[in-house]
Amino acid sequence: MNCRSEVLEVTVEARQVEEAMLALLHTVLLHRSTGKFHYKKEGTYSIGTVGTRDIDCDFIDFTFVRVSSEELDRVIRKAVSEFKEALSNSGSDGMGQISLEFYQKKKSRWPFSDECIPWEVWSIKVNVVNLANEQERQICREKVGEKLGEKVINVVEVINRHEYLPKMPTQSEVDNVFDTSLKDVQPYLYKITYQITDTLGTSVGTTMRRLIKDTLAL
Amino acid sequence: MDGDLSPQDKKDLDKFIKFFALKTVQVIVQARLGEKICTRSSSSPTGSDWFNLAIKDIPEVTHEAKKALAGQLPGIGRSMCVEISLKTSEGDSMELETWCLEMNEKCDKDIKVSYTVYNRLSVLLKSLLAIARVTPAYKLSRKQGHDYVILYRIYFGEVQLGGLGEGFQTVRVGVVSTPVGTVTLSCAYRTNLAFMSSRQFEKAPIMGIIVDHFVDPPGTNQRAANMGQPCNYRAPDEDEGMFAGVQDSQEVCTTSFSTSPPSQCVCTLSPSPSKLSKPLPLDSLPLPMAPGLVTHNLYASRLSYQPAALGGAAEFCHPATNANQAGREGGVLVPAQPPHGADAHLTVEHAPNTPSSSGDEDGLLQSGEGRGSVSPSDPMESLTAFTRKVGAFVNKPSTQITAGSLDLPFAAFAPRGLDSEDNDPMRPAFSKDDLLPMDLGTFYREFQNPPQLASLSLNTSSQSMADDLDSLPEKLRVYEKNMDEFDAFVDMLQ
Repeated sequence: MNCRSEVLEVTVEARQVEEAMLALLHTVLLHRSTGKFHYKKEGTYSIGTVGTRDIDCDFIDFTFVRVSSEELDRVIRKAVSEFKEALSNSGSDGMGQISLEFYQKKKSRWPFSDECIPWEVWSIKVNVVNLANEQERQICREKVGEKLGEKVINVVEVINRHEYLPKMPTQSEVDNVFDTSLKDVQPYLYKITYQITDTLGTSVGTTMRRLIKDTLAL
Repeated sequence: MDGDLSPQDKKDLDKFIKFFALKTVQVIVQARLGEKICTRSSSSPTGSDWFNLAIKDIPEVTHEAKKALAGQLPGIGRSMCVEISLKTSEGDSMELETWCLEMNEKCDKDIKVSYTVYNRLSVLLKSLLAIARVTPAYKLSRKQGHDYVILYRIYFGEVQLGGLGEGFQTVRVGVVSTPVGTVTLSCAYRTNLAFMSSRQFEKAPIMGIIVDHFVDPPGTNQRAANMGQPCNYRAPDEDEGMFAGVQDSQEVCTTSFSTSPPSQCVCTLSPSPSKLSKPLPLDSLPLPMAPGLVTHNLYASRLSYQPAALGGAAEFCHPATNANQAGREGGVLVPAQPPHGADAHLTVEHAPNTPSSSGDEDGLLQSGEGRGSVSPSDPMESLTAFTRKVGAFVNKPSTQITAGSLDLPFAAFAPRGLDSEDNDPMRPAFSKDDLLPMDLGTFYREFQNPPQLASLSLNTSSQSMADDLDSLPEKLRVYEKNMDEFDAFVDMLQ
């Protein structure tokens, strides 16, 4: 099975990073979360209800919809906050990428650990710019809002192709497909990772590998 | 083609499409109310949240949608459209967008109705929620108020996009294949909003719409001569906001899915028979369905559902008494009729945090029996807040106190020698207030005629304007002398 990969690119001001990431990640998670499963006898299950909430951005002219789950929101905010922190520490020409990966677990026999097989990856590339004055910031507010709208349309377009989704699991396998740790909603298993690109255009990871190689070569 | 579909699947599919259409309308209209929407997730299935999404039902909107559909379903060549337009305070109007729920002939015979189609429709509704905040009309609707309002109009039949002006754009929300056709949801929106952004509401070209409350009968291709409804709209003549006579079998979407292999997929979507054997007394029902349905900041804006005032709200609870006042023009309201035979399924299951769905509207109004156990729900908290009268008279313990023993404001005015409350006509009921030794009536009497302010009394009229002007130079001298002090003070404040 091939993993579906989608890349979204946005250019924002530093203070807009957090909201832009939240908007896009939550839009994806809205579509990739269901209500809690309740398994019954005879191999049937029923599904809880997912509520939604409108969120107005403060620094962007944009409103997005997220799943009504404070727990999930906290997790996503934490990840985005770390990403933003890393971006701002990297220097003024911040470029980075945050990825939301949906995966399935495949049980392996001892001593091997379970395998995580991604089936969909959303990568959001961020370019951070600095603006000189308030007028530019105001224009940026509106422009980034429009851009985010386009990205939401892109996300929706991909999702509504109704391509591969993991099969609905039995009760014993539900934790291999869904994140059942939240009490109110059930997103597909996901992980969020990020990479920061330094000013030379290489990712930090690549730089570290090069340094280690160079050290070993001495 | 339909012959390949089992009768149960066909029935389920029709139901899914019908409720999908109704929910689509709700999502679109609610997104144009001008307020942020918030609904709660619930880990337990409620049985009344179609597509496992918490989408509230505004009764008027459901009513309008059902009126437009008139018992039909969106199908090939029969699209359901929601038109969003803007109307200025001067009376000019402009179409902003048209949402279309269409079906084409492309079928997918192998798809599982009860499972795959249902889940994909759920995803499509989520996409609609997201996209509805992205089109230009969303921002306009958030800013509606004094200068303009946002209206909606639902019609069924041929899609009409002529009013969107040149260069309108289309965004496709999504598609869902079914065995009888492919459901497509899209939005065509106006791009030429230039005169709106400058906030100059010059005379826009009038679209030639006749303001008329009554929609043309469905099935005609004629454009409904209807400006559309604001979402503080009450259906014509619906002073009490009732929808008596909306007869439809509402079913609980108690959906169970099977984890069996797809070939054995079982979806037990069963209509839930009414569990009440006798009608509930109407006044035991929680107050207005309507406010309960729209609890989150939806009543402030123009395109907002404004539940009836308390009086009207009370009437919501008693449709039985009003249901037969059908002497309203236009026949918009139909006298309540007895429920259908076996088909009168009512939405009776409600989780605490799920307010009534459209099913309850019917349940409430069927023959005035009000069958429908609408349980109080979390959104009802705000409902209670909305409908509870401000406590005018608070019953407080009546311990004896002496005025002198209290160091309270107005203690000196505590009533003396008033042993019986009955003697004092000004004493409100239950006013044995030991916290404040003076009752309301006494307070009112004592302070009914306060002395005039000294500056306004006749004695000071001698201080004429001339005197004021004379004293000005002196005052200016003082101010100039102390200018540094004033500047320092201002700096301190900044």
